[in-house]
Amino acid sequence: MPLILTEEQEMLKESARGFLDEKAPVAALRKLRDERSEEGFSRALWKEMAEMGWAGILVEEEHGGSGFGFVGAGVLAEEMGRTLTASPFLSTSILAATALNKFANDAAKSEYLPKIATADIVMALAVDEGRKHGPAVTAMKAEKSGNGFKLSGSKAFVADGHVADKLIVAARTAGSPGEEAGISLFLVDAKAKGVERERTIMVDSRNAARVNFENVAVTGEDVIGEIDNGHAALEGVLSAGRAGLAAELSGSAQQAFEMTTTYLKERTQFGKVIGSFQALQHRAAHLYCEIELVKSVTLKALQDLDNAFGMAGVTASLAKAKAGEVAKLASQEAVQMHGGIGMTDEYDIGLYMKRIRVAQEMFGDSAYHAERLARLRGY
Amino acid sequence: MSDLEAFRKETREWLDANCPKEMRDGAGGEENICWGGRNWKFKSEAQKVWLERMAAKGWTVPAWPKDYGGGGLSKEEVKILKDEMRKMKMRSPLESFGIWMLGPALLKYGTHEQKSMFLPPIARGEIRWCQGYSEPNAGSDLASLQTKCEDKGDHWLVNGQKIWTSYADESDWIFVLVRTDPKAAKHDGISFILIDMATKGVSTKPIKLISGKSPFCETFFDDAVVPKEHGAGVNAVVGTLNRGWDVAKYLLTHEREMIGAGGGGLLGGRGIGEMAAHYVGVDEKGRLNDPMLRTKVAQAEVDGWAFLLTMERLKDEAKAGQGMGAKSSMLKYYGTEFNKRRFELFMDASGSEGLEWEGERSEDGKLAKNWLRTKANSIEGGTSEVQLNIISKRILELPDA
Repeated sequence: MPLILTEEQEMLKESARGFLDEKAPVAALRKLRDERSEEGFSRALWKEMAEMGWAGILVEEEHGGSGFGFVGAGVLAEEMGRTLTASPFLSTSILAATALNKFANDAAKSEYLPKIATADIVMALAVDEGRKHGPAVTAMKAEKSGNGFKLSGSKAFVADGHVADKLIVAARTAGSPGEEAGISLFLVDAKAKGVERERTIMVDSRNAARVNFENVAVTGEDVIGEIDNGHAALEGVLSAGRAGLAAELSGSAQQAFEMTTTYLKERTQFGKVIGSFQALQHRAAHLYCEIELVKSVTLKALQDLDNAFGMAGVTASLAKAKAGEVAKLASQEAVQMHGGIGMTDEYDIGLYMKRIRVAQEMFGDSAYHAERLARLRGY
Repeated sequence: MSDLEAFRKETREWLDANCPKEMRDGAGGEENICWGGRNWKFKSEAQKVWLERMAAKGWTVPAWPKDYGGGGLSKEEVKILKDEMRKMKMRSPLESFGIWMLGPALLKYGTHEQKSMFLPPIARGEIRWCQGYSEPNAGSDLASLQTKCEDKGDHWLVNGQKIWTSYADESDWIFVLVRTDPKAAKHDGISFILIDMATKGVSTKPIKLISGKSPFCETFFDDAVVPKEHGAGVNAVVGTLNRGWDVAKYLLTHEREMIGAGGGGLLGGRGIGEMAAHYVGVDEKGRLNDPMLRTKVAQAEVDGWAFLLTMERLKDEAKAGQGMGAKSSMLKYYGTEFNKRRFELFMDASGSEGLEWEGERSEDGKLAKNWLRTKANSIEGGTSEVQLNIISKRILELPDA
């Protein structure tokens, strides 16, 4: 399969750019931040996105979605990365939709997928517990209780956790932290007894939460994937999330870079446009190459998710590793090359640095994924 | 069955019937290449037969027009041919600068007469070409070249020196950038001219590099008399007189893509991690015994893989008609820098054994020599710094200093 977008995907990209520039530019995020919005995103905008088929981009038509696949979802994530658009797209349209599509029973699919497509539900994935990503070190417990389970433990860095209606939670039904075996996935009502949520205001002004669970009751019907064997499902969902974040990082890096080269052509010092200085030209040219590499790995990971979902973990890690590292570089170079103005809150470039920091950390930073690839490649 | 499927079947059958079994060992490497030329000595009867059969079919240069010794195949058909050859591990029947460089230049800028005279012998492996671009004082600033080419009425008189001429001492003809108008602006007085190496006044001298033996030579022109026409209506100058820079630029783009991809050395061969594990061993969890090295290797593999995918993407974009243009500078820059990094890691991993320069154990310092050779990757065909300049100006459109 050629490593380029199809005509249909190109059209989606174009219409997404037009829509986001008009309805959800960086100023929209700034407004949410400055108004200290309770929800951290605009419901009205989210509804509009649903009308265009974005919320249900991974939901098949039989459930009311647009069924555009992962490349389509990545195209949207990339464009939202350009405008730093805040929405439950990652948590609900990518992570939850993938978990339901690929691993849930028919009843759960029929109940939730249509609601995702119409933006009538927000769902969040609760996986990490410590400072760093690590699905295998899950310690949260799910103890058998009658026909169901009781969940106890705590989760952190849950995107959209405080506004979610439903949580997809990784918990241990067997084994001990560090083991892949023994993990199971549960669909938990966010308002269930014993669930306590704390919104964590993050550096990027986007949604995240810590969630505590104390003897939260769930039934066998609420299991996603297989009991004790949920790690495979979790990795599948995470692959989709990692590729989606890589696409978002790619968009943010591209936009930060474009703002920087524009600035290099405008700003004058020593009687010359600073973009004429070779010291800056070479750094910009190097960064250009790195960003081109990010575009390639991201598209590859998204295509793999569409064509061979079960095998896509490797290229998803590759994409997350490369995109995280390069986006960080892009944001650092952007601030440095902008000079003093790049340090001001009024100028947008700092918002890119903040979001990139968060997105590269979520579901594994570059070191996590490079290490994972090394293990998979036998060294 | 579609036409392409039928073509694949016929091709597979023909290749299977005609490729000698000695040529199906998938062997690459300098020593196994068939370069052709007047002085070429075939390494085996099989190599000779394979070249003759493929040349007769036009498949040494499958994409070239049939009239000029090519196979006249479409892009899709060429891909199928290469696919089938790769599947059966067949060696390439012929490689040469004529195929990679001069051929594409003549196809784009040459006259019918020039194509008819020069292309078929390239396709048949009868004439071997080399490239005379760089000069001792014209490296990164190639357009400042000074090799003089004077109009003497019925002939050209050439005086000057070229350097880094690969395989000049084994080649039959040379395509050279010369200055035909010393008064014109730097880029405007240059012409692209074809010269028989047997011409009186043309001589060569091999250059030894820090890596040992090399294909590079110095090439000297001392009052070399070059006819205006090499045959009836066959101009010695390719393209318009004094517009040789256009041809040179076109070819440099080609060369950069080649060095970026090939010099990247990423197609085939063992991975860095695999090599490192072989050299330093792994611990009980299967991780490299050297954690700092492991980190560097893992990061390099991420970049190497991402680079491979980028070559793939740019090729797919080019096929879809988006063209590569100045992006070849990106491939050249990133691929060669990556290859240097790769060999630094090989050397780190191999420790003192990798430093042996002579003897059987090290195959006469094979790794060390290859490591040193990679240092030229980011110099030849335009340095990394020149590539970054090109990206800055042509792609990012940053202003001149």
